[in-house]
Amino acid sequence: MSEASAHAIDHHEPVTSTGIPNKKVLMWAFLGSDCMFFGTLISTHLIYRKISATVGGNFLDIRDIFDIELTSFSTFILLASSLFMALAVSAIHKGNLNSTRWMLFGTIVFGAIFLACQVYEFTHFVHAPGNELTLSSYRGEPHVFGSTFYVLTGTHGTHVAIGVFWLIGWLIYSFTGKMSTADAMDIECCGLYWHFVDIVWILIFPVVYLMEYAF
Amino acid sequence: MATESLKYLNPDSETEVKTKVFPRPGQNTKGIINWLTTIDHKKIGIMYGMAALFFLILGGLEALLIRSQLWNHNMDVLTNREYNQMFTMHGTTMVFLVIMPLSAAFFNFIMPLQIGARDVAFPRMNTLSLWCFIAGGIVLNLSWFFTGGSPAIGWFGYAPLTDTRFAEVLGDMGPDFWIFSLQILGLASLLASFNFITTIINMRAPGMTMMRLPVFTWMTLIVSFLIILAFPAITIALVELMFDRTYGTNFYDFLEGGKPHLWQHLFWIFGHPEVYILILPAMGIVSEIIPVFSRKPLFGYGLIIFSGAIIGFMGFAVWSHHMFTTGMGIVATSAFSILTMLIAIPTGVKIFNWIGTMWGGRIRFETPMLFALGFITMFMVGGFTGIMHSSVPIDAQHQDSYFVVAHFHYVLIGGALFGLFAGFYFWLPKLTGKMLNEKLGKFVFTLMFIGFNLTFFPMHYLGMIGQPRRTHSYNEGHGFETWNQIATIGAFILGVGIVIGVYQFVTAAFNKKLKPAGKNPWDARTLEWTLSSPVKEYNFARTPIIKARDQAWENNYGPEENHSQKEPLDDHGVHMPDRSWYPLITGLGFLGLVLGMLFHQSVDVNTGEIIRNYTPAIAGGVVAILGIIMWAIEGPAGYHLFPKEDEE
Ligand code: HEM
Ligand SMILES: [Cu+2]
Repeated sequence: MSEASAHAIDHHEPVTSTGIPNKKVLMWAFLGSDCMFFGTLISTHLIYRKISATVGGNFLDIRDIFDIELTSFSTFILLASSLFMALAVSAIHKGNLNSTRWMLFGTIVFGAIFLACQVYEFTHFVHAPGNELTLSSYRGEPHVFGSTFYVLTGTHGTHVAIGVFWLIGWLIYSFTGKMSTADAMDIECCGLYWHFVDIVWILIFPVVYLMEYAF
Repeated sequence: MATESLKYLNPDSETEVKTKVFPRPGQNTKGIINWLTTIDHKKIGIMYGMAALFFLILGGLEALLIRSQLWNHNMDVLTNREYNQMFTMHGTTMVFLVIMPLSAAFFNFIMPLQIGARDVAFPRMNTLSLWCFIAGGIVLNLSWFFTGGSPAIGWFGYAPLTDTRFAEVLGDMGPDFWIFSLQILGLASLLASFNFITTIINMRAPGMTMMRLPVFTWMTLIVSFLIILAFPAITIALVELMFDRTYGTNFYDFLEGGKPHLWQHLFWIFGHPEVYILILPAMGIVSEIIPVFSRKPLFGYGLIIFSGAIIGFMGFAVWSHHMFTTGMGIVATSAFSILTMLIAIPTGVKIFNWIGTMWGGRIRFETPMLFALGFITMFMVGGFTGIMHSSVPIDAQHQDSYFVVAHFHYVLIGGALFGLFAGFYFWLPKLTGKMLNEKLGKFVFTLMFIGFNLTFFPMHYLGMIGQPRRTHSYNEGHGFETWNQIATIGAFILGVGIVIGVYQFVTAAFNKKLKPAGKNPWDARTLEWTLSSPVKEYNFARTPIIKARDQAWENNYGPEENHSQKEPLDDHGVHMPDRSWYPLITGLGFLGLVLGMLFHQSVDVNTGEIIRNYTPAIAGGVVAILGIIMWAIEGPAGYHLFPKEDEE
């Protein structure tokens, strides 16, 4: 007995009432809450979209600066990253460390491409000659579109960035030699988060971008 | 504690981690470090409670200043602006720094004991919630010392009062302090709620099915869901407001296309669920106390829980009753009016259940029961006025008058605070191991009950004859003076009552004259009463196997097959997680981040341009992130305790 005590106590996942691991319940609760965060942001955007459709008496056509090809591309990239994420989770469940590592890497790269596109888009919009969209104005006139647009998509981008850093943490951890199937559940939680952030984008893309071309 | 009976397997659990930057405190840590690094839900509950009682006194002093200013017509106790600051700080303090953390104190201390758990699901995260709450309290009250002093925008912070261009004082920082303190308090509440949800769903003792959970635990669960679904609305609203004030966005700026009306919607989408976040814990406490002091099981257990859930659900669909006079249009106004009337039904159901519980019971009028009865009666008065202003034309008369002030103080003091005080008198014997002085308790109740009614009942009348709320003074000739003077006298009586009560709670642990409580002094019904008072650090020596709803009662009076059993004592011992520094460090990091953001702007004296310096904020953020990383690396770890067979 007392020899065993010299080692830090190995921590088994405790048996839970529902059989679902605690961390997973935590993650689901968090995602439920996060729905309300994005719900509030998206509502704000939609409420203002029509109310403030004009600038200086002229109808605001945000399509003048939108680059729908680029955004469609980055949307596709983000969707594809979810595939890598799913594969990473399945690989770690099987204990295939090498494959887990590559799939994590793929998710990170695709997440980073998405972020790069967003950074490009933001700088491009702010400096678009004659069509500057800033936090407080459009074409030099006070306006709300920039406020709701940047804060909404920026919050989403922050989520993606946090996910990327989290994944990088796992990638580094995979080189310490400690990673095993015991970590599968933790990586699965990370995956839940990643897929959720993806799904939110699937909502934002039509609501913020495509809709400008439809109505 | 009977230390000699505990066989410590690993008395120095630090050996393994000495090499780390912050050595992990071992299991025998004493004194201040023990409190700073604790992850024990009971100690965390105590700290929540102590801090909240401190803020209760602070918020009470602010209220007494308000009441002094209203003593007579055209008084000059406070200036206009000071008066606005006072009611803003009073409201914000009472809601976020008193009632919510007092509820959190009970959630922390009582809920794990009621479900037969050794701690919450994520003990270190629980500690982080505590430190975030304390940081929020500090940030809010720091506002007194900087440009413009405290916020003067009301606890609801309506736009455009928060617009920088309309600031009474140039460069007023009050609203910024308000924004950031609410953000960090929101973080505290969110983290705590995720934790409680996981704990209640996942950490129940074997046999503790959902329909055997004590009502207080059920209310904890419902409130936690309300928090995680309602707080995001205000968090985002505050983010938008922060952007408006700092980076010039136009969310609420009506001069540039924003709509102040949107702020009201977002605030009340949070705000109405918030009032249920404030009241449901007290309802849970009262549902525990009334059966015990009536010596009957709770009448309509399922119905009480179901109506609690319905209240929580419908609470998200009535927010616009705070905006009846803003001109939302007939359809919206009528819909919200009807829903508001409907939500009174589940509330009424609960009241009838409590009455049904007492009906035919052998009622003992001890202090917890007195406060519980005070709760029922006073909350009913507040409920009635609530239903009155669910009617739109009537509300048009009530809106912004003292009638509304009367309404919400009847539900918040007569309701929430009385319920929480009942909880203190009920559970402090469990916490300290000593019976409180019954005579003093009754005296406190009498003072509070009389003082409270003297203060707030006249406000109904004052509101009806036209005294506006949030207004610094009134002129002669309206006939407001007499009733305001009665209210002010009442407020001081209530204040004295609260101070004596708080004194009684805080000194209970040190008062040598008090009688020992024993395991179950009230002959109560739920699981926490099977444990010794005060509760051992590991709660349950062996995990109980639950057989019935009112387990402590069944063990004493029920048939043999309803007695709880215990899981066999394995030679593994009781696993206790290790203490940790990282919650505190992460909390300090958040505090640094918030303060850094608050002070990141300055104005160049020569050019008048705004200079931004993010270094302190980033430094704070880095500390927080490092704290979290180290936290993940250190892991829960832990040590084992070997209590004797039934030492619990
Ligand atoms: C029967 C249930 C209730 C109904 C029908 C109800 C209805 C209302 C209505 C319509 C208002 C708006 C009055 C106005 O501004 O003109 C109001 C205000 C308020 N109620 Fe209630 N209420 C109920 C219960 C509660 C409870 C349980 C609490 C808190 C524990 C609460 C706290 C408040 C507060 C704080 C305000 C004022 C907010 C402000 O303007 O600053 N109410 N209530
Ligand atoms: Cu309400």
